[in-house]
Parts: sequence; C-alpha cells; structure tokens
Amino acid sequence: MRYHPLTNADRNEMRRVIGVADIAELFEDMPGGVVENFDLPRGKSEIEVERHLAKLAAKNLPASRAPFFVGAGAYRHHVPASVDHLIQRSEFLTSYTPYQPEISQGTLQYLFEFQTQAALLTGMEIANASMYDGSTGCAEAMLMAHRITKRRKALLSGGLHPHYAEVARTVARLAGDDIAALAPDVTAAEDLIASIDDSLSCVIVQTPDFFGNLRDLRAVAEACHRHGALLIAVFTEAVSLGLLTSPGAMGADIVVGEGQSIGNALNFGGPHVGLFATRQEFLRQMPGRLCGETVDVEGRRGYVLTLSTREQHIRRDKATSNICTNSGLCALAFSIHMTLLGETGLSRLARVNHANAVALKDMLAKVRGVEVLNKSFFNEFTLRVKGDAAALVERLAARGVLAGVPVSRLLPNAGLDDLLLVASTELNTNEDRATLVAELEGAL
Amino acid sequence: MLDQPVTTAAPASFTGNRGLELEEPLLFEIGRNDTTGVDIDEPAPFAPCLGGLERKESIGLPGLSEPETLRHYVRLSRKNYSIDGGIYPLGSCTMKHNPRLNEKMARLDGFADIHPLQPQSTVQGALEVMEQLTHWLLTLTNMEALALSPKAGAHGESCGLMAIKSAIAARGEAATRKTVLVPQSAHGTNPASAAFLGFELRAIPAGRDGVVHAEAVEPLLGPHVAAIMLTNPNTCGLFERDIAQIAKMLRDAGGYFYCDGANFNAIAGVARPGDFGVDAMHINLHKTFSTPHGGGGPGAGPVALSARLAPFAPAPLLLRKDNGLQLKEDVEGTQGFGRITAFHGQMGMFVRALAYMLAHGADGLAQASRDAVLSANYVRVKLRDMMSSPFGDRPCMHEVLFDDAWLAESRVTTLDFAKAMIDEGFHPMTVYFPLVAHGAMLIEPTESESKASLDLFIATLRNLGERALQGEAAAFHAAPRHAPRRRLDETQAARKPVLRCTQGAA
Repeated sequence: MRYHPLTNADRNEMRRVIGVADIAELFEDMPGGVVENFDLPRGKSEIEVERHLAKLAAKNLPASRAPFFVGAGAYRHHVPASVDHLIQRSEFLTSYTPYQPEISQGTLQYLFEFQTQAALLTGMEIANASMYDGSTGCAEAMLMAHRITKRRKALLSGGLHPHYAEVARTVARLAGDDIAALAPDVTAAEDLIASIDDSLSCVIVQTPDFFGNLRDLRAVAEACHRHGALLIAVFTEAVSLGLLTSPGAMGADIVVGEGQSIGNALNFGGPHVGLFATRQEFLRQMPGRLCGETVDVEGRRGYVLTLSTREQHIRRDKATSNICTNSGLCALAFSIHMTLLGETGLSRLARVNHANAVALKDMLAKVRGVEVLNKSFFNEFTLRVKGDAAALVERLAARGVLAGVPVSRLLPNAGLDDLLLVASTELNTNEDRATLVAELEGAL
Repeated sequence: MLDQPVTTAAPASFTGNRGLELEEPLLFEIGRNDTTGVDIDEPAPFAPCLGGLERKESIGLPGLSEPETLRHYVRLSRKNYSIDGGIYPLGSCTMKHNPRLNEKMARLDGFADIHPLQPQSTVQGALEVMEQLTHWLLTLTNMEALALSPKAGAHGESCGLMAIKSAIAARGEAATRKTVLVPQSAHGTNPASAAFLGFELRAIPAGRDGVVHAEAVEPLLGPHVAAIMLTNPNTCGLFERDIAQIAKMLRDAGGYFYCDGANFNAIAGVARPGDFGVDAMHINLHKTFSTPHGGGGPGAGPVALSARLAPFAPAPLLLRKDNGLQLKEDVEGTQGFGRITAFHGQMGMFVRALAYMLAHGADGLAQASRDAVLSANYVRVKLRDMMSSPFGDRPCMHEVLFDDAWLAESRVTTLDFAKAMIDEGFHPMTVYFPLVAHGAMLIEPTESESKASLDLFIATLRNLGERALQGEAAAFHAAPRHAPRRRLDETQAARKPVLRCTQGAA
C-alpha cells in the first residue's frame, strides 16, 4: 500500500523488539476477536481511484456547465487561483490546531487577521476564529444570548433561512429552551417589534433575508434593547457586506453568518465557514476558538489560542459550548481572498453583483407569468411564477439551466409553491441571463 | 583561514530575519485600503435597489496585490510545523499522511462546483458518493444507519446524544432518564456535549489499570441512566476490554451506549464497534480517514447509529428509490429529531474520505490499523525503560501514554520536555491529556512513519531524557530557542485579550 512506509522486514523487526509473534496478539482484547473478511473491495491504484470518482463526478451537472442562478444560502463566486494554491501549502493543509504556538505562528497570525477582518466587515468589536458554518453559528449565538440574558426564549424572524431556523428549533427543543418563530415572510412585511417582550433573550433576523429583502435592523435593535433582549443579525451572503450598512452599525449585538461566498467553493454545501462577531463586553460568553496577541520571552510579538477557560477541554461540562474545532482552512481561504480584494475590490465586487442582479430583475420583470416580489435586494430575489416553481426548475434543469431554488424545497407545505429564488453573481454573463429569460418564456 | 572554527553565536540581524526564517508583519501593517489584487471592472451606471441601506462609511479593510499576497501567506506558512514536514505524534489527534489524490478528487468540478440545492436529478453522482461512503462506514462499524451531516466530532456527539434523547422521549422516559456516565479520561467535548442537552453528568472512576471496569459501572446503572459515553480505544491508548459486558448491562438497564470514535483508526478494518454493542458513534473523517486537519478544521463527524437509534436520525436522509437516490431534507413522517446544520454535511470531506478508503481497500485499512498499533508499541517498548507509565507497562493500541513520574527529580516538566523537542525539530506529543495521568505525554506515531523516522524520534527522546535526568534542567526551561518564537506569554494573552489588530489601515 503506497501510503504505508513500513516494509515487511521492518514489521518483522518491530514485532521482534516488541516480543509478539503475530500482530493479532495486540488485538486480543477485542470482543469477538479480529474480523478477517469485510465485504469491501481491495485497495485501488491512484489511476483506479481517479477513474472511479471521476465517473461519479461526471454524473453531476456542475455550475461551470450551466447558466446558474442558484443561491439560498450558498453562492457561486469566482475564487482567485492563488487562494486555492495557498491553502494547499503543506504547512497550512497538514498542520493541527495550533496548540504549540511557537511552531504554529503561521496559523495563529492568519486567524488573528481573520478575526480582525470579520470584526471590521460585520461592524463589531471582536470576532472568533470561525464556526462550522453560518447555521450552526446561528444556533450557538442563540445559546450565547441565553447565557448573557439568563432568559431561555428566542424569537426567529420569518425571513430567516429555513435551515437555520430548523437548526435553532432542533437545538432549542432538545436543550429544553423556548423558541418562537414568525411565519415565512416573503416581502419583509412582518411586524417583529410587536412580538418583542421581556421574556425574550434574543431576536434573530437575517439580512439580506432568505427571500432576498434587505432589512433595516435599527428599530428592531432598539426594541430588543428596550426589553433587555439581544439582536442577533444573520447573513448568508458575505459579499453583501461590501455594499450594505453593517449589522453592527445597525445595532446588532451578535452577528453570525456564512462566509463561504468569499474564497470558498460551493462544495455541495460543505465545508463552509461561519463568521461570529460580537461586542467586547460579551467576550467571555462567546463560543469557539479565539486567537490573541501576546509576546514571547524575548518581547517579540506573537499569537496564541486564548481564553480557553471558556472551552470544553478545560471547562468540560461547564464550557460555553462543546465546540472544539473551527473551520480553519476555509477561514484561511476567506482571509486570503479578502486580502486580495481589499476594501476596494470587495466593494466593487459587491456592486457588480448588485448590478447583475438588477439587470436580471429588469429582464425577468418583462417575462409574462413572472412577478418580481422584492422592493430591495442584493444579488438574489424572489419571483412568483405561474404554476409550480419546483416543476419549473426541474424542466429547466433538464434543458441544462439551473434556474434557482424553489421556495417549497425548503418550506414545503407552506403554500409557497409558486415562489422561486434566483441569484446572480459576478459569474453570470449577459448570455446566461438571456438564456434564463428565453427558457422561462418558453416554459411558462 | 579555512580551518579556523567559528564558535561565536550569530549576531542579531538588522531585519530580525534569520536566513530563510523571515519576520512577517500583520496584513494591516502592510496592506492599503486602495489596493486590490483582483481586477474587477466597475459596473455601468444602474439604478440600485438597496432600500437606502448602502454602506456609507469605510470598512477599513486593507488589500494587497497578488504577488504581495503570495509572499505574505507563504512567509506565514513557513512558521508552521506540518505532517508533510515531519512526524506529528499528537496522541488522540491522529496526524497521519494526507494523500494529495484526495485533494485533487474533492476539487473535481462535479464535486466542488455543485450547489446543495440544485435539483437532485443533477447531483446523482454526489448522492452516490454519500451512499458509497455510508456503505463503507456501516460495513466497517457493523451498524444500521449513518447520519452524514455532523460537521466535526463534537458536532457528531451532539447528534448522537440528540438521537438518544429523542429515543428516550419516545419511550416516555424523558423526565426520569437524565444521567450520562462519562469516565474521567474522556475528551472534554463529551461532558460538554451532554451538559448542553440538559443531561446530568456522573463520572465513572478510572480503574487503576487505565480502563473502565464493568464492576465500576454496574452500581451506577439504573432507570435514571440515559447513556454512557466511552472512547474506545480510550484516551490512554488502551482497549476497553469490558466494553461488550458494559454495553449489555447498560442495555439491560435501558440506557444507550455512545462511543466516541476519535480513536477508531486503531481498529478500522480489524474490529467492528457494532459487535461491541455500540448504539451511536461519530467517526472523525479528518482523523481515521485522513481528510486533512487544515490547522484546525474543517472536520467531519458522521454518526453511525444502531438499529434502535436509526429511526431518530436527523435530516437529511439518503433514500434509494426506483428512479435513483433521493435526499429527504426534512423529517416529516419519521421520528427523526430535526436538523443540525444547513444543507447536507461536509461533502468535500466525504469525497476525500471515500478516496482514502478506495485507495486502501479493506486490506489496506486493516494494514493501517495494524501498523499504527505496531508503531505505537514499538515506541513504547523502546522508551519504557526510561519513561514511566501511569498504568504499568502493558501493550497499547495506536497510542502510548507516559506520565511525568520519571522526571520527578529533574526539575523538567512535561511542558519543558515538549518545548525541548521543538528545538530538535519535532512537534511534541499531546501533553497534559488525558487528565488521569500526571503530566501526561500521549504519543501517537500513526502508520505513516517509516521505521527510520520512528528510530530517530525514539533516539531523540532518549537523548533528551538522558539530558533531563543528568541535570540539564536550565536548558529545558529555556526551550524552545530555535523556533520562530520562544515561549509565549499565555497569561498576558488571557488577562488582557487583544483579539484583533487596531493599528495600520484598520
């Protein structure tokens, strides 16, 4: 086996040193003994593995081969070639969590830079070294708010991504906490403020929301603070932060979101990377890894993982969270891409996304049987189409067009079967848009 | 003259650099707000639809040109130790070789450039990857069902315990069956996962031989016990040989057996957890199946479930239908406990893990486990006369545990010893874990080391040990001296946390 350096001669010699005749002696404690014959194939050469997996990959329709308008929480953006090259450096790819800081300064410094970028982007004071993804970060933010307010009830906006809402509901139900959710809110018309009272630990609002609407959080933040609750602002499209007023500037107490769209591929939904930012005063209730600046014995600046007294390996059952990993390499990809973009590139990228989406909206608004429901949006909006949106998407997929996400896929039985989410990024061309319009005209 | 030896230490350099080892400022000290390394054309004028929410203030994010970006991150990377660069003997962390074929496969357009919500008819190959991965893992574990979506080991623990909690609720025992038993040697995530779900923790005392004994568990069992969480092989590198008996007693008492699969790499392809009576076990794909650790993630922690927990698996559920594979994305009509993440799990890691398993085959996986155990025992036998073992010298599984009793007279601590290893060019072993051993040193060489590599590692530890025992404590206290940084002040970092840069462009 090409991955195993030991030769049979080595193994014999090592067995002799250990004093066992057969390696099976070292497994003799196994109940039922050693299993000899698994019904699984034998090892394959590199050529055979490539052939096997390439065949499976070829059964999928990648975005690169279709006009592509799919979003709803994961967005296809261009990733510069140098990003993927750099994250595959051995020293990044094959290192462990930086528990020995003297020989992990590379990882620690990029985490420190990532934390700074995440804080700036969200308009918050501090950020952690990343979460698994936006949805799990959102549930962790809810639990953090419970710890801070000593209350145990969250209120979810009807504009929150349905998967995020489902994750939060699952956690709340099994942890024994209360949770209330407003009905799906297609046009950002819900009256959140009317539902805020002194029983709530937090209100969770997404902007741009699941249906693409942009939400001004200022009045909700004020209402939350009047009632002693925290405002948790969620985003699923990080590029939007380049163009929009930050959640922090609108009064959010915790900002969580999905960072996939900067530096990371779609990957069929994972791995992605969660951003988590908050106010300095809540630092010690924050979940996840934190990297901090310090000095070494010679006074040179350096970085370490810090405040681990919050974490499970020290606090065990008293920890703020059971999380013991971040999404390191995806955070690195995010950070490198953000470094390449800089503020200039990010805001330009965001404007191009918005411009492309506006162009698409203008074209779709003229299609008979299509109604654009959004008054505001960033790079994604909701259409009402004639008939069943899921069936429409299937029909167009069969013709090689990935037209978007039918709302019913995430909200079945909600009476929203005629709604379709369409997203447009910098990767969509005029030709893509024209194709989508023509296909919709043909199908409707 | 050429034969004049140079004995003086190198003077400090003007730059602070030392040859190939380069100091690197923070991005925020070298970047500029008006610089970008990505060429994007401004869009033609258009009427925005932002509802008056456009950003008006500067973000303060610096940028770098492409060559500067490459240089910044390449220089940072060179401050890191890596498994590609040397043995990484972190016990319980399993730093094994990461085949680059896996990276190549995960980056195929057909896997990396597909969206989790595009029509399922257009991603049948991706669903087949999930199906094949499921088949491999269920065959290797002899379990009933696989929850694919957990994003890491601790997330898998949450998932397994949620299934257990739901099963208990379905039996109408939610109010009474609330205790989870966890041995003292467990990973900290175990009690943390249980506590967050409202379970009450009860510690199982460790046996003097480092394993949990059925007799110690028996008096703790009863109608209040929801589950036991055991790691097997455990964090002392020992196989819990009473495991089947404990599982049976627990099952008879109405509880569920959660197995922390962090150390599955010792037995994959050799023994099956389902045969021990396990009800739920997460499998760290980034450990046993070598999807890379990436400096601390992303991981992946699918959970294998027994027949009695399988009905409670969370969404999404992978179903084989007449017209192909289907992902059922909600739990309606099932007893599934809900959803623990957006979308379907760590697809990028599924591809890598499947590539790893295909390359090994059942035969290669068994060989990997055997070599990992062989290598750990080789290290054990070669060091046992010098170092001390908390539970006596006995065969171990994939990792060998020493404590610091042998250093008692030396004024060298486990930490000092670890830092001295850094100066010799090695990443230290896991230190101060598990907590049941004083000054623990947990060594996991994995199957990826050649005998020459193991021999050099052993010889180095022996040399360091002799120096420690001969009274060279001061040298150990000063270590490391040759790393990019010397010992860092962790107390200051925690007392006055500086978690972001507040200078330069920011």
